[in-house]
Amino acid sequence: MNTIVVGQLQRQFQDYIVSLYQQGYLDNQFTELRKLQDEGSPDFVAEVVSLFFDDCAKVINDMSTSLERPDHVDFKQVDSGVHQLKGSSSSVGARRVKNVCIAFKECCDVQNREGCLRCLQQVDYEYKMLKTKLQDLFNLEQQILQAGGTIPQVSMN
Amino acid sequence: MINSGHGRGPDSGSNSDPFPAGLRVLVVDDDPTCLMILERMLMTCLYRVTKCNRAELALSLLRKNKNGFDIVISDVHMPDMDGFKLLEHVGLEMDLPVIMMSADDSKSVVLKGVTHGAVDYLIKPVRIEALKNIWQHVVRKKRNEWNVSEHSGGSIEDTGGDRDRQQPREDADNNSSSVNEGNWRSSSSRKRKEEEVDDQGDDKEDTSSLKKPRVVWSVELHQQFVAAVNQLGVDKAVPKKILEMMNVPGLTRENVASHLQKYRIYLRRLGGVSQHQGNMNHSFMTGQDPSFGPLSSLNGFDLQALAVVGQLPAQSLAQLQAAGLGRSSLIKPGMSSSPLVDQRSIFNFENPKVRFGDGHGQTINNGNKQMSLLHGVPTGMEPKQFAGSHMRVQQQITGVRPGQNVQSSGMVLSVADHLPRGGPSMLSSLGQQQPMFSTSVSRRSDLTGAVRNSIPETNNRVVPATHSVFNNFPADLPQNNFPLASAPGISIPVSASYQEEVNSSDAKGGSSAATAGFGNPCYDMFNNFSQQQQQHHNNKLNDWDLRNIGLAFSHQDTASASAAFSTSEAYSSSSSLRKRRETDATVVTAHGQNQQPPSRSLNHLNHVFMDGGSVRVKSERVAETVTCPPATTLFNEQYHQEDLMSALLKQEGIPSVDNEFDFDGYSIDNIPV
Repeated sequence: MNTIVVGQLQRQFQDYIVSLYQQGYLDNQFTELRKLQDEGSPDFVAEVVSLFFDDCAKVINDMSTSLERPDHVDFKQVDSGVHQLKGSSSSVGARRVKNVCIAFKECCDVQNREGCLRCLQQVDYEYKMLKTKLQDLFNLEQQILQAGGTIPQVSMN
Repeated sequence: MINSGHGRGPDSGSNSDPFPAGLRVLVVDDDPTCLMILERMLMTCLYRVTKCNRAELALSLLRKNKNGFDIVISDVHMPDMDGFKLLEHVGLEMDLPVIMMSADDSKSVVLKGVTHGAVDYLIKPVRIEALKNIWQHVVRKKRNEWNVSEHSGGSIEDTGGDRDRQQPREDADNNSSSVNEGNWRSSSSRKRKEEEVDDQGDDKEDTSSLKKPRVVWSVELHQQFVAAVNQLGVDKAVPKKILEMMNVPGLTRENVASHLQKYRIYLRRLGGVSQHQGNMNHSFMTGQDPSFGPLSSLNGFDLQALAVVGQLPAQSLAQLQAAGLGRSSLIKPGMSSSPLVDQRSIFNFENPKVRFGDGHGQTINNGNKQMSLLHGVPTGMEPKQFAGSHMRVQQQITGVRPGQNVQSSGMVLSVADHLPRGGPSMLSSLGQQQPMFSTSVSRRSDLTGAVRNSIPETNNRVVPATHSVFNNFPADLPQNNFPLASAPGISIPVSASYQEEVNSSDAKGGSSAATAGFGNPCYDMFNNFSQQQQQHHNNKLNDWDLRNIGLAFSHQDTASASAAFSTSEAYSSSSSLRKRRETDATVVTAHGQNQQPPSRSLNHLNHVFMDGGSVRVKSERVAETVTCPPATTLFNEQYHQEDLMSALLKQEGIPSVDNEFDFDGYSIDNIPV
């Protein structure tokens, strides 16, 4: 094991994940998820977020369909979708996504189709952005592990 | 016990107390992400997790493995079935503690969870710390059951938890844990008892011994149960008799008692919601309608009606209370200010009717067979009334409502007035009922007792009392819980007078009249009642005696005093029914001091209402639970709150209030709070 490389990778990892927190992509709940991961389930976080992103795609797609026709918007369905996204995003720690959901819900409550469409776009953007970022993070993790190192526990306060 | 982070070893903290480990949890959530996270967290807590993404599937899993789970965690928003529905099903059929969770943290939804009997409500994102402690709900529930069995005295179905609950009772919202469901019931009964007597050892300190084998209420078993109840008459169904009829080996009276409570809550909810039992389409309901037949026969009320009636009163009560008292807490124990409030809370939780029922129950106990029906109806006050049907109750309820504003006391008075018989007790129970009602089922029985108790005192007290009251009654009830109500001849005039009094929201004025009128009838009731009650109530009655009477007076004393009902007094003090009679007259006058007139009416009303409310819930309850003065029993099952309320309202000319918290604007000025 190349300790220098491992050390570098670990620092890189640490800086990266801290930046994600600082930029608001992630919040404390993500930290909790990481805590649940251990030798017994080393890919837990990756699995969960993967599930989350798939879920996002599906729900966003459904909502898009509901919002498609201006004269025939199923706000109930949209509201249900937003609710689910809010729940799942808050559960994984996807802070930005969750925040958009909050605004999204408000638009939905007043049946503002335009507002909903904007929020929909935004939520789509946010989840994809997060997906990319987390992918990079997991890649770093893999590199560390392959280099023989351990993934540092980062505590964000 | 769980280490955060890595290395959750089985020994991390579990060595000291192995119990929570291995807890069998069923998680239901349609969101796969959350489901996975929860599963992981629960496994980290060393629980045995089963996850499920559909409510129907969860239910069938639970039904297939009767004893396969210890606790259920369910999301609120699910596509195939509302989480609250699932909550009810689980509570009724399996009697498992259920924790609700949602990303929605709005108070109304949380409250809904509480009222539907959830033992806790978690807001997403759920943290592992919150999950670590869920085992306490299992323990608590078992303790309650255990306690119930301990107190074979029976009416108190769940004991252990009461105590805890009582305290928090004040804030319905806050008592998410173990407040609902079983705890609720026990607590209500507990409260009554506690208030009066003491902690009755509800709290079994030895949690270790709470490992009671849980009885799984299979569909067949439940049907047997329902059949037995129907045969006995919902109002009259007593756990003991039900047990005998069911003849199931290994089933204890306590099992039946707690199940009965739940059932009553269930019915009450149905009645309140849709008035028809069939609505729920639960196993309970099928063919349940007839179960209440006996009740209905009384005055042609049927549970549904009662439920309806009950609802109204509750609502109106709630409103009144809310308005008058300005209290939002459902459980407001403080009778003084709000017997109504309590009632309200009770209603809020369960069915408004319940409140009324209590009041009635008392009166009813006096010896009306009708009790079952009357339960909900404030019959206590007027025999006629009951005969008349909910109407009276409604009227009374309306009357009560005004009282509510004033504060429960106002209501109490009105109720009391109406319920000459069980008045005071009922009222108190009404007040207390609130806490009880949350469990709805448990409440009913309590209503009778609780009503009484609560009214005079704080809700807390009432509740426990009511439980006992009702519990006591069951046996007695058949006799004449509603002597007043059911016995047309008895105090028809009385009731009428009460009603009027109540209606006029001028409790004072009315009450006096009422009392007079009632006083007489009361005796009838008391006769019957006292006999029964004394036997039964001994422990329970104590609770509500005071309470009932106290309804109006926020304290037992007052209640009794104001018992203008004299009858109500009789009711309230379970054991002293007899005494009440005699004292009624005197008491009335004596108490009248505080609020006499109003109190009386309130008491009656309370009773009336209580019964109504409670009646709705379960006629069974009436019968079995409370020996409490009929007043409460009467109302419990029989009248749907709505009916009662509307009836009352009509009489009074007050528009029925539908929204729970919209006070109708009764002028409760007279109500002495």
